[in-house]
Amino acid sequence: MRITKSSEAGKQEANDIFIWLEPNEKEEIEIKLESVVKLQFGKQIEKVIRETLAKLGVTSASVTAWDGGALDYAIRARVETAVRRAGEV
Amino acid sequence: MSDLRRSMLFVPGFRPGMLQNSSIYGADSIIFDLEDSVAVTEKDAARVLVRNILQELDFSGIEMVVRINPVTDSPFGEEDVAEIAGVRPDAFMLPKADEEGIRVLADMLDEIEQKEGFEQESIKIFALVESTSAVLNLCSIAKASTRLAGIMLGAEDLTAELGIKRTLQGNELLYARSHLAMVCKSAGIDAIDTPFGDVEDREGLEYDASQAKSLGLTGKAAIHPRQVGTINRLFSPSPEEVIYAGKVVAAVREAEKEGKGVLALDGKMVDAPVAARAEKVLKQAKLAGIEV
Repeated sequence: MRITKSSEAGKQEANDIFIWLEPNEKEEIEIKLESVVKLQFGKQIEKVIRETLAKLGVTSASVTAWDGGALDYAIRARVETAVRRAGEV
Repeated sequence: MSDLRRSMLFVPGFRPGMLQNSSIYGADSIIFDLEDSVAVTEKDAARVLVRNILQELDFSGIEMVVRINPVTDSPFGEEDVAEIAGVRPDAFMLPKADEEGIRVLADMLDEIEQKEGFEQESIKIFALVESTSAVLNLCSIAKASTRLAGIMLGAEDLTAELGIKRTLQGNELLYARSHLAMVCKSAGIDAIDTPFGDVEDREGLEYDASQAKSLGLTGKAAIHPRQVGTINRLFSPSPEEVIYAGKVVAAVREAEKEGKGVLALDGKMVDAPVAARAEKVLKQAKLAGIEV
């Protein structure tokens, strides 16, 4: 499934993550991540975003994420909310 | 989850930082709020966040409650329940509760528990009564569902409806609190007092909570972590009460051995109600972790 409409969820604040979903012309998930803990946990955050999108059946999207140190449950919740708001679930 | 509900701490359902840290303050129950503290535009995000945290983080030993939106006159309440019941919170709290709302919520939970294969009535209900009609109908509300674990008084809406101010003395809540204590005691459920609004005023909280306890309420809502310690202390038996209760129970056991029906302790008669109260104090003390 492709994301066809922009949407967002979460806040740019400590322990939260702001997710901005946009359509991607290519059939792939592209992630741009800014995080206060990117050095330590950047790969894990990207992995959680990709896994959540895959679980929801999203195969094409451009994701911009500003992370303030969110735990996995919060990342999953914000990604799911953004996908729902894009009207894809 | 324990049977102790001295303090019930409200936590806004939209802030991950507050949600995930809420278990460290010693509250007996935590209420993740999807109602007043969440903007209409963020209701969808909050319920997904609350579902995920309940699913993924370990809150064992604490009663986890979710305050939903009203189920009868709000488009959000049913969605809250549908989203979250599957991760099995200990209870839902229904705001602006009346008999109809409690029955609607109980019916929804019946259906979900059956579908999910959960034990029937494993998800409890707390009713938040906030109107004059609800206070007057407390007897019916307390009997509206066998899922009901307690009723909380919501004094802000109540006093607003009455057109009166809340005061530090709290005389304006005397009837509602007394009635709530009587009804809940009679129904065998907990009577939880309204929150104290000024989180900076520790003396005010101490007085307010003491008033509620003296009228028979069993616990109190907290709206800030710093209120939890005071509430827990005030709604726990005092050291003097525990010592006296221990003496009473020991004296009763001794009298039973000797075949005596009535006894005196420190010059005061100990009869069945006094003995029962002493047993209850010791049980509460044990639950609160006080050495007995």
